[in-house]
Amino acid sequence: MYALISTISTWAIPAIIVFIPLYAYFKRVPVYESFVEGAKDGFQTSINIIPTLVGMMVAISVFRASGAMDWIVSLMRPLLDLFGVPGEVMPLAFLRPITGAGSLAFTTDLIKTFGPDSLIGRIASTIQGSTDTTLYVLTVYFGAVGIRKGRYALKVGLFSDMVGFVAAIVICMIIFT
Amino acid sequence: MINVIWIFMLVVGFVAAAAQGRVEVVTEAVFDGAKTGVSVSFGLISIMVFWLGMMRIAEDAGLLQRLAKLLGPIVRYLFPDVPRNHPALGFIMSNMSANLLGLGNAATPMGIRAMQELQKINPDKSVASPAMCTLLAINTSSITLIPTTLIAIRMNFGSAHPAEIVGTTLIATIIATIAAILADRWYRSRHTPPIVPSLPQQDQAAAG
Repeated sequence: MYALISTISTWAIPAIIVFIPLYAYFKRVPVYESFVEGAKDGFQTSINIIPTLVGMMVAISVFRASGAMDWIVSLMRPLLDLFGVPGEVMPLAFLRPITGAGSLAFTTDLIKTFGPDSLIGRIASTIQGSTDTTLYVLTVYFGAVGIRKGRYALKVGLFSDMVGFVAAIVICMIIFT
Repeated sequence: MINVIWIFMLVVGFVAAAAQGRVEVVTEAVFDGAKTGVSVSFGLISIMVFWLGMMRIAEDAGLLQRLAKLLGPIVRYLFPDVPRNHPALGFIMSNMSANLLGLGNAATPMGIRAMQELQKINPDKSVASPAMCTLLAINTSSITLIPTTLIAIRMNFGSAHPAEIVGTTLIATIIATIAAILADRWYRSRHTPPIVPSLPQQDQAAAG
C-alpha cells in the first residue's frame, strides 16, 4: 500500500507531462504553440487569487499571533491526543466546506508555521487538495438556475467533506509516520 | 458566513492580543499575513502557467472529449432519470473530466450548462431535482488527479518532496467522492416516491 501510494506520487506528474504532448503530437496538434497559448491564462489565474488570499492570510495571521488559535486548538487537544491526531489541523474541518480562500490561507499558514514536510503540513495539504468548497459550489450551481430549495444536497456535500477529512488524516498517518 | 468568519478572526485576535497587553503583535501579523498572501500567489504563477499550458495541449488533442467518453457509463449510472441522449449528460461528462484534470475554471461553466439543461426537465423549477443533487454531490467532492496549487505552495516553502501528497490526496478524494455518491443514492431512494408498478396496458386505457 505504502509503495503503491508513493509510486503514484512520484510517477503521476512526469508521466502526465510526457504523455500529453506526445499524444497531442501524434494527433498533429502544434504542441508548443498550444502550450504557450494556454499558459497565458496561468498568470491571470494566479494574480486573481491575491485579494482573497491576502484578506484571509491577514485574518488568520492576526488570529494566530494573538494566541487565540493556540487556545482554540488546546480545547480540542485532549480528545485528539488519544488518537495521536495533531489538533492544529482541526480548524480546517470547519473552514474547508465554507471558504476556499480561507482554508487555502489556513493551509498555507500551517505549512509556513510547521513546515511542508511535517505531518501537519502533509495532512493539511491532503485535506485542502481532496475536496472542493461545498458552500461555494452549492451557491454557484443552484444560483445559476434559480433553485431555492436544495433538498439534501448540502447534507450530502458536508457528509462527503467530513469523510474526506477523516480519510486524509488516517491515510497521512499511515503513510507518513 | 465568510464575512462572519473573517471579522471573527480579526476581532478575537485583536481582543486576545490586547488582553495580554501586547496589542502590537496585531500590526506585525497584518503585514506578515499580507506579505505571505502575495508571495504565495506569486509562487503559484510558475506552476499555473506551466500546468494550464499542458492542459491546453490536452484540450487541443481532444483528450478532454476522450476522457468524457470514458466516463459515459459512470455518468449514465449516476443519472438514471436523465434520458440517454439528453444534452445534459454531455455537459456533465465535460464537467467531470475538467474536474479530474484540476481545471476548475473550465469545470464550472460546464457544470452550470449541465444545471441549465437539467432545469429544463425539472418539474418544479425552484426545487432541486435528484439529478441536480447528484451533479452537486460529485462537484463538491470533485476527484482531483493532480493538486497543482498545493504542490506549488509546498514548493514555495521549500518542501523536499512537493509532490509526495499526490497519492494521499488521490485516495482521500476518491473516498470522499464514493461517500458523496453513496449518500446521494441513499437520499435519492428516501426522497423519491417508490415507483408504482406499471399497470397492464388495457387497464390504463380503461381508466383513461
